[in-house]
Amino acid sequence: MAEYTLKVRRFQPETREGPYWESFDVELDPTLSVLDGILQAKDREDGSLAVRCSCRAAICGSCGMKINGQSGLACKTQIGEAQAWAEREGVDGAGEGSKPEIVVEPMGNMPVVKDLVTDMESTHWTKIRRVTPWLLPEGDPPEREYVVPPESMIDVTQAMACIQCGACVSACLSMEADPDFIGPAALAKAYRFVGDPRDAQTKQRLHDLANDPHGIYDCTHCFSCIDACPKGVAPMDQIMRLRRAATDDHEIDDVNNGHRHEAAFTKIIEKKGTLDEALLLQESYAAGIKGKLMPSPGAIKGLIGSIPTAIRGIKTGKMRSLPKLIPGVHPKLPGDAQSHVKRIYAHAEDHEVELNLYIKGEEAEGDEPVEEAEATPEERVEPEPDESETKGPAGAEHGQADPGPPETGRPGPGGAA
Amino acid sequence: MADLSYAYWPGCVSRGFTPELHGSMALVADRLGIELVELDRANCTGAGVIAEHNQELADTLNTRTFALAQQTGLPMMNICSTCQGAQSECQQRVDADSDYRGHINEQLAPEGLKYERDGFTNKNFLWVLVEDYGLDKLKQQVQRPLEGLRVGPFYGCYILRPRHRLGYEDHPERDLYLDRVIEALGGQVVEYDGARKCCGFPIVTMAREVSLRQAGTHIGDALDAGADCLVTPCPLCHLNLDMQQPEAAKIVNRDLGLAVLHLPQLVGLALGFSPKELGMGKHIASTEWVHERLEPVAAA
Repeated sequence: MAEYTLKVRRFQPETREGPYWESFDVELDPTLSVLDGILQAKDREDGSLAVRCSCRAAICGSCGMKINGQSGLACKTQIGEAQAWAEREGVDGAGEGSKPEIVVEPMGNMPVVKDLVTDMESTHWTKIRRVTPWLLPEGDPPEREYVVPPESMIDVTQAMACIQCGACVSACLSMEADPDFIGPAALAKAYRFVGDPRDAQTKQRLHDLANDPHGIYDCTHCFSCIDACPKGVAPMDQIMRLRRAATDDHEIDDVNNGHRHEAAFTKIIEKKGTLDEALLLQESYAAGIKGKLMPSPGAIKGLIGSIPTAIRGIKTGKMRSLPKLIPGVHPKLPGDAQSHVKRIYAHAEDHEVELNLYIKGEEAEGDEPVEEAEATPEERVEPEPDESETKGPAGAEHGQADPGPPETGRPGPGGAA
Repeated sequence: MADLSYAYWPGCVSRGFTPELHGSMALVADRLGIELVELDRANCTGAGVIAEHNQELADTLNTRTFALAQQTGLPMMNICSTCQGAQSECQQRVDADSDYRGHINEQLAPEGLKYERDGFTNKNFLWVLVEDYGLDKLKQQVQRPLEGLRVGPFYGCYILRPRHRLGYEDHPERDLYLDRVIEALGGQVVEYDGARKCCGFPIVTMAREVSLRQAGTHIGDALDAGADCLVTPCPLCHLNLDMQQPEAAKIVNRDLGLAVLHLPQLVGLALGFSPKELGMGKHIASTEWVHERLEPVAAA
């Protein structure tokens, strides 16, 4: 048993205006959870302390909150570890005087109903519904069940592991800046259907998400949702898969310049080896301005918007001279290096293996077989249930909101290691 | 013979829109006795964009850089959070699976390259400073303590997250290093909300307003907390926080005007270099104030 102090951000709209902080002393084993601590405080000190919880085993997804500023599940966070985090020097004034407290707050990016209970409906569930989270097959349904090969579902098992706790939404830094952003949970859910071979509206879904200004190109790639997710869904990775499907599989030329930016970036490295930012700006906004494609109105607006920045850059010498802004003066790699880069492109653009460590798991140290073995990965990597020694919790439970796709019988061996 | 030597990947932006980063790194490395062997044949990391397009392509391109570094027999160093993150992501996959690694090595063989997983390290200059060089030794090198300078750390996402990929098992305090370096140089760390948030740069061409609102908000928060400047180990963050600062100010509708230093520039100031030598005149947001704050100390 050990003593801890939970500093809880409270909000009791019936009796008191505005949020306030209140500290509770609790006593429990360090291996018990922060949720256990909160329930003890509620039991012994103040029954009005509001918290949402049910399974206490990281399955139901009810107890999402912020602990020491990190979004996650209170039942999956050991109180001893939370204390150690709070005591790290230099964080939130820790190390000054008395023993630091474990800071507990309701989830971010959502209205607070009472204490640690947030309104999931107005943000999370509204956004989930935004992506049409059900299967849209074509034609008459089959007489019996849909039959698909198990391997065609592997790609979406990671997205299916979502338990709808909202931790990723709470942590999302794009949503902080743009509350209308569809967000990590809903977009991961969107990939669950985009990647499903039974769905017949893949292109329409992608077209919708790519052209929405608050869609897949509104994700700022900050990895916060990956760290927050208690189930290893890695929502940001699913958003990147949506982008790949939109740009490469379906060549959707979106109004947000997502496709043009990606295509321009990739092409510049193939030609020059390193990034020529001036060329990237021109190509992203107005690919082929000299050639085949007409820039979209959004692209022209973007290009004009970047002109003041460019002029300031020239004035201070940041963009060393006007020629710096004229594409084509960027140096190439020395010798034959660029030809090797081009050769790598030629192979990978044709081969394009995707290695999903959530499915495949990581080899433990010393697992490496004898070198020079014939190594030709399959196009879609098969899971290996017998893979030895994977780190992290098994992570392919199906969310209760999923409309029951067939079990593949191939649970991913490891989540985020 | 230098105490520390690295195969050095400077990245693209440090040789493009932020040349002052490359220049100040060279000065500081020389003064600290860190030898940098530049990987001039190496390619762009893809900054996450190429991985978004084609994972195998990004993994092969980055493994090529690792193999070029291994040819020198030295550990690798970079000066860009985004490079660190993009390279660590690819390294995680390539290290995790021997079949995959074997396949990628086949693509590198025509150039005479091969990547060996064991013993390879790739560290941002921030990690090198704390873990390899050492803060005590850094303190001894300080010629002009940054006394009175209130510095807001800005880490950049790619060097912080995801935690399972960035070596926190062995180095659990990597998300505190910038604070530690500021303190070691004699400066005062400013606590503000945005230190570990996103600058918004990755979407500046796609969702410009959302992107610049992030940059502007963090700069504003740092100003409100009393910062004299920010410091960042990421040149892409620098682009959004400094180069785009006047545009960000319009989006958040307030005056900003906060100097944003590259990590080697902050170290360089403490080592006694002048702002001019460190290329601080190339910034968009004026660095005059930083200069003025340090002036009395320098004269003393």
